[in-house]
Amino acid sequence: MNTIVISYKPLYAVLVSLVGAFFILFTSEKRQNLREAWTFIAAFIKFGIVISMLPVILHGKIIKLTLVELAPGLSLMFKVDFFGIIFGLVASGLWIVTSLYSIGYMRGLKEHAQNRYFFAFALCLSATMGIAFSGNLLTFYLFYEMLTIATYPLVTHNEDEEAVKAGRKYLTYTLTAGVLLLFAIGATYIYAGTLEFTPGGFLKGHNISIGMLQILLVAYLIGCGVKAGVMPFHAWLPSAMVAPTPVSALLHAVAVVKAGVFGCVRIIAYVFGPVLLKDIHMWLIVAYFVSFTIIVSSLFALASDNLKRRLAFSTISQLSYIILGAALLSKSSLTGSILHIPNHAYMKITLFFCAGAIFVKTGKKNISEMDGIGRQMPFTMLAFTLASFGMVGIPPLCGFISKWYLCLGTLQAHEIFFLFVLLTSAVLNAAYFFPIVYAAFFRKPAEATGVAEASIPLVLPLSITVVMAVIFGIFPNFLFHFFDLARNAATSIITGM
Amino acid sequence: MDFIVSKFNYWIYIIMMMIGFYAMIAKRNLVKKIIGMNIFQTAIILFYVSIGAKKGATIPILEAAHHAKIPPESIEVAKYINPLPHVLMLTAIVVGVSVTGVALALIILIYRRYHTVEEDEILRQLS
Amino acid sequence: MMQQAPALTIAILLLTAFWVPIFGMVKRESAYYISLTAMFFSFLAACATLYAVVTTGPIHYRMGGWPPPWGIEFVIDYLNAGVLVLISLISLLTTVSAKKSVEREIHRSKWPLFWSLYLLLVMSLMGMTETGDMFNMYVYLEVSSLTAYGLIAMGEKGALMASFNYVILGSVGASFYLLGVGYLYIATGSLNMADLSKILPSIYRSKVIFTAFAFFIVGIGLKMGLFPLHMWLPDAYTHAPSAISTLIAPTMTKVSAYVFFRIILTVFNPHFSWEVIPAATLLRWIAAVGIIYGSIMAIAQKDIKRMLAYSSISQIGYIVLGIALANRMGLIGGALHIFSHAFAKGSLFMVVMAVIYKTGIRNIDDFKGLNRKMPFTMAAFCLAAFSMVGVPPTAGFFSKWYLVLGTVAGKYWWLTAVILASSLLNAVYFFRIIEKIYFSSFVDLVTGGSGGHEHHELPAVAVAEAPLMMLVPILLMAAGILAVGLFNTQIIHHLLQFIVPKGLA
Repeated sequence: MNTIVISYKPLYAVLVSLVGAFFILFTSEKRQNLREAWTFIAAFIKFGIVISMLPVILHGKIIKLTLVELAPGLSLMFKVDFFGIIFGLVASGLWIVTSLYSIGYMRGLKEHAQNRYFFAFALCLSATMGIAFSGNLLTFYLFYEMLTIATYPLVTHNEDEEAVKAGRKYLTYTLTAGVLLLFAIGATYIYAGTLEFTPGGFLKGHNISIGMLQILLVAYLIGCGVKAGVMPFHAWLPSAMVAPTPVSALLHAVAVVKAGVFGCVRIIAYVFGPVLLKDIHMWLIVAYFVSFTIIVSSLFALASDNLKRRLAFSTISQLSYIILGAALLSKSSLTGSILHIPNHAYMKITLFFCAGAIFVKTGKKNISEMDGIGRQMPFTMLAFTLASFGMVGIPPLCGFISKWYLCLGTLQAHEIFFLFVLLTSAVLNAAYFFPIVYAAFFRKPAEATGVAEASIPLVLPLSITVVMAVIFGIFPNFLFHFFDLARNAATSIITGM
Repeated sequence: MDFIVSKFNYWIYIIMMMIGFYAMIAKRNLVKKIIGMNIFQTAIILFYVSIGAKKGATIPILEAAHHAKIPPESIEVAKYINPLPHVLMLTAIVVGVSVTGVALALIILIYRRYHTVEEDEILRQLS
Repeated sequence: MMQQAPALTIAILLLTAFWVPIFGMVKRESAYYISLTAMFFSFLAACATLYAVVTTGPIHYRMGGWPPPWGIEFVIDYLNAGVLVLISLISLLTTVSAKKSVEREIHRSKWPLFWSLYLLLVMSLMGMTETGDMFNMYVYLEVSSLTAYGLIAMGEKGALMASFNYVILGSVGASFYLLGVGYLYIATGSLNMADLSKILPSIYRSKVIFTAFAFFIVGIGLKMGLFPLHMWLPDAYTHAPSAISTLIAPTMTKVSAYVFFRIILTVFNPHFSWEVIPAATLLRWIAAVGIIYGSIMAIAQKDIKRMLAYSSISQIGYIVLGIALANRMGLIGGALHIFSHAFAKGSLFMVVMAVIYKTGIRNIDDFKGLNRKMPFTMAAFCLAAFSMVGVPPTAGFFSKWYLVLGTVAGKYWWLTAVILASSLLNAVYFFRIIEKIYFSSFVDLVTGGSGGHEHHELPAVAVAEAPLMMLVPILLMAAGILAVGLFNTQIIHHLLQFIVPKGLA
């Protein structure tokens, strides 16, 4: 058994940006510096809190905190384990970077309603921390819905017709998913009498019929899968790209969609558990289902000309890698899948930052207009190139490691089919990323321009993230011990400890 | 037949109630609705009053109650009709009168504003 | 003093109600302040009652010292102590916030009468909550209806007809209730609820009891606006003065819902209501259809008050559904929903009152960009709307959670689907407004709307919040929504768990 440490840190990690959010809200719209200072203070404190929990977790302990009873027998409970802290580290670490970027972006475009923007952003991060550290399904649901609501003002930020439509679409999908999740959680509680996440699952041995379990699994996976953009529930994500780019970057590549994926993995590994999932004959169905997403969304990505849209489809495809890895239920695939959460985050956020930097600097949104952009913005496009190599899975970038483990996992699970899915998808990734790189560097621009990079607050974040992506490729345990955490998490799931 | 006769008080109240109910629902004239409502309420009052009655019983006033103490055991309950429903109905009558009063006041206001008490006409003016 | 608290809750209001017109003749403004003071002391008495119940158990207060079943008694147990405080708190807050709105919407000469009726209405609602006597309940029911007729009729154009229709239907409802009482009296010779619940089980198979039960359901159902007996409700809520919509929407239907609980669970015991006659099955259907019907009709409305009225019909469905689920979770969910919906609907109507007072806006389409003008009010609106949709951690989520648990425990999958579908429908009509409030300031300003980056500065709109006397109650109600949500365990533990009959899973 793991040693349990009781600490208020997870609560503080959630609260700090919640409090920060209200500081931001009550700051005058005119006082940019103060507002941004609040954001940074909250972001750094949050990251500090999360990272201070890391050594404890690495020692194999679990941080647990039980707060008020939300319902009889069900408490607001935080539990930080290997898996949770990975997500917490990624989201809180990237928030700092994104805040810097947001400042450059919002100032660069002189955006309106910045208070609301930073307020909602901080709320989102609060909810994300809550999701990462939630110890039971009810706590998870609470923060999951909070995230849904807090993201809505960011999606509709532009307040034009397109944004409002995207917002509606977003809410339709996510709220529907939310009620399915509510049903599944309620039914789980009635049948199992507990909702606490346990490595290896807690649903086994509760004498629930297979049919019921299958229904529950489907409800859960749709409930979380909608946020994760699993096809055919993905349509909100490309539409949501009307949001300002930092939102797309952090929320639609890291926080929100990863919350969906995180939920899926939690459900598969910590609610159902590998053994039960095999017993109810669902793991292969889930795996086939997400494989379909992996391939088809890559094809969609190929067909889209809007850069952010292409990135969105790429996100959809990559997220399904993670679910696939979890569904294959082997140790390596789980390791790869969990490791892909931070790795994909660092690479995808770089790509979005690049797209945003290009937009702020040149106003270009479509790939077809970006011929020769690499000459104008060398740093940005270099970062883009590296990150896209990573997405394809070329060593020494971090994408390689997680994909390697995913591939190993398919072999461990004796399901060669999925190996082909992964490889095909890698080829498709190359097919939609390399033309951008090629055009950026080797095509002549329509009008000759000199080197004109975007402003420092835009370029610095993307440089940081791409460097991190490279470092994580070479030293997977650098700083945050993502690799150890992922492997330990996978071990605990398989052994049920 | 015996069923009907032996419970005639119920039948009367039901028939009256239905008449009142019909008027309240089907009549389009507001005053007629109020008349229906009164019939409806009266039917219920009659029903209550009738359930207090007993065959061969008299009004519930104890003879010689003022002069001597009568031990409660010696009172034959069956000889007196039950006064409680009647007392309840005093309250119900008051309530009924108040409701009628409010309703009539409303009708006066409605008439002042729309110059008619026909519901169809009022609805036409409202829309 | 403490022993008299149950009676004081009512006596204070009742006595003040008669003095208000008299003082009002001397000085019109005094009517409001006297009423407010009375409401406040009545609220204190209600709190004292709640405290006494929680610490020492249910209270039996005998009016005039007559022992039941002959005398009238107030029985305050855990459930109605909670409802009592809820009603008096919400009506107190409504009284505070209603001042300005009433001064504008009601002619000056009528203020004293208005406040007098207002006090009587609150008094009767509290009486319905406290009484342990069936006929006494009828009297309070009629007093609440009569005062409501008068108050609703003081509203705008259309209020007279709304009130008249309510008179007709309300009388039918009250008469049915009275008939039910009559049948019970024939069968048992008693009017006391506790006494009835002891006598009734021996004669459960009697047709008289069946009839009485049916009369009660219809009578109370009419009063609480249960589908399909809701016809009076939308018009009454829409056309009543804003202050009155705000008062009756969260309190009157909730008290009726409480009476519903009381009759089904206390007067008749659950064994009768659920097993001897299939009331639960019927009520489940009615509730389910009502939930969906109310939500869909709400979506179709343009007038915000009417929309909220239809939403109330749907929410009443939730409460009835909770009863009809006939299991532990369902009952707790239904009872908790009395609280959560009272706070949510109360703050929604208060917000609407403030908006109407400040801007005169009634039509949903005109809510555009209102957040710039009234940021705090609109934040409260959002919170209340989230509660209606069932977003955690608001109160609405938790009552919905227990209801969902109840449907799952009872294996009524289609009811689970109904609850979830209606949450989504609620989301449709509330987010439609939220979208207007927060995100449509540009739609009008910029035609075409693509890009969205040409316009950086909006024309400055001065913040014109509702007056503090409206804003503070609104924010308190919003806080109440969160408090009921976060402390729902305490509410259930101290008050609601006792309604669940023994031996019920």
